[in-house]
Amino acid sequence: MAWQQPMDGSHASGSKVAAADGPGTQRTQYPYVTGTSVIALKYKDGVIMACDTGASYGSTLRYKSVERIKAVGKHSLIGASGEFSDFQEILRYLDELTLSDHMWDDGNSLGPKEVHSYLTRVMYNRRNKFDPLWNSLILGGVKKGPKGEEKYLGMVNMIGTHFEENHIATGFGNHLAIPILRAEWREDMTFEEAVKLVEKCLLVLLYRDRSSINKFQIAKITTEGATIYPPYSLKTNWGFAAFENPSKGAVGSW
Amino acid sequence: MAGAMDLPAKGGFSFDLCRRNAMLAEKGLKMPGFRKTGTTIVGLVFQDGVVLGADTRATEGPIVADKNCEKIHFMAPNIYCCGAGTAADTEAVTDMVSSQLQLHRYATGRESRVVTALTLLKSHLFSYQGHVSAALVLGGVDVTGPHLHTVYPHGSTDTLPFATMGSGSLAAMSVFESKYKEGLTREEGIQLVSDAICAGIFNDLGSGSNVDVCVITKGKTEYLRNHQLPNPRTYVSSKGYSFTKGQTEVLSTKITQLKPKVEVTESDAMEE
Repeated sequence: MAWQQPMDGSHASGSKVAAADGPGTQRTQYPYVTGTSVIALKYKDGVIMACDTGASYGSTLRYKSVERIKAVGKHSLIGASGEFSDFQEILRYLDELTLSDHMWDDGNSLGPKEVHSYLTRVMYNRRNKFDPLWNSLILGGVKKGPKGEEKYLGMVNMIGTHFEENHIATGFGNHLAIPILRAEWREDMTFEEAVKLVEKCLLVLLYRDRSSINKFQIAKITTEGATIYPPYSLKTNWGFAAFENPSKGAVGSW
Repeated sequence: MAGAMDLPAKGGFSFDLCRRNAMLAEKGLKMPGFRKTGTTIVGLVFQDGVVLGADTRATEGPIVADKNCEKIHFMAPNIYCCGAGTAADTEAVTDMVSSQLQLHRYATGRESRVVTALTLLKSHLFSYQGHVSAALVLGGVDVTGPHLHTVYPHGSTDTLPFATMGSGSLAAMSVFESKYKEGLTREEGIQLVSDAICAGIFNDLGSGSNVDVCVITKGKTEYLRNHQLPNPRTYVSSKGYSFTKGQTEVLSTKITQLKPKVEVTESDAMEE
């Protein structure tokens, strides 16, 4: 979704950042290298997150081995769709955050709720300066809280909208994966069941999202830590009779 | 006004007013928008025929205009058509082609074929260059077998084993893509169609209310109107609505006699 620059320059003053960049400068208004949907859901032992490993440059599939899910600290996973360079920048901010947290050396480490809160502030403040980080981020993790091991899953997008849910998807996943997740997610799924559900959604996205590719990565976060599995492909089925010969018996149609 | 050169009426879109419209738009006239109805419509081919499904909500912008409208239109006894897009357009175009099919049946003495309906629809829509905003899922069973087609507003068509259209099409398609297989039985087909429409009803704001299903097989068509009602009115007051005397406080009473003002006189009957 490209945000078209209005011709009458009404946004010009809004995008100018004072002092540091000088007057008359403009920042990114639209994304270039983009990743497509990320989906995530809570299961019995923690949170599972999955996405494909592609990054498109407009309508070209430019990069086919991109990791769009990364571990954050000891307790969280972050997945991003949208502008890839902005995701890399966010990872740098999170590095600084986790480093300064580690330097406190107080026996406490940032949990997923705290990281989500930090990201929300970052995204919303950038949006207020008309200079957004063009991403939809999913933040999932497990950390010991007052009620025991608490699983957390939340998302924040480029305009600062944020919420927590049992299952989340970004981009096209909102339209294609969420209906399936809403119907079939259950509270205590095992890892195998969660992977099967995630693969069901990834397959639908592969068929119906033009910017997805058949190379996926699944990641999970539990009390033992984050595990990002190596990429693999799903089996697709194109063998319907109507696909083989659409105009059989309906001569003249296509 | 009989002119020497009376040209026969041309079909298709008349572009005569386009220049005038462009001039008005330039002068600042805001063009009227189109009323689009949000919808989920689906169809699938099962082992004995086709199953069509639709939700029943018709919207006017953010308002639900009709809670229980019928989106599965009759084309022929063996052919039905679901319509999404502008409600007037889908009604008009399906009615028109339905009449044309009936005349054709009288002329040929045969059962209508799905390709006939398809060709009539697509040539009409193409000649109107997409201005007739009708997106249709056409399904039926004829002598050549079961067929399922989608027709887009600009006139292109697809022949598919399963299809969805409308604002809820992505939600419904996600259900189809994950659960469809060839050779479904009648019960499985109806269940899958209902699941897909329910996905549209609950996940798309433009679709809602009830599920209509239509099962077409060789020689038999069943139109299951309101096959599922997943949005019932949950609270109904057991006492009903009653407004007893004493519930509303009476502030003042004034009685005006009408009688002294009304005179009843004997007179002639009204003349025609």
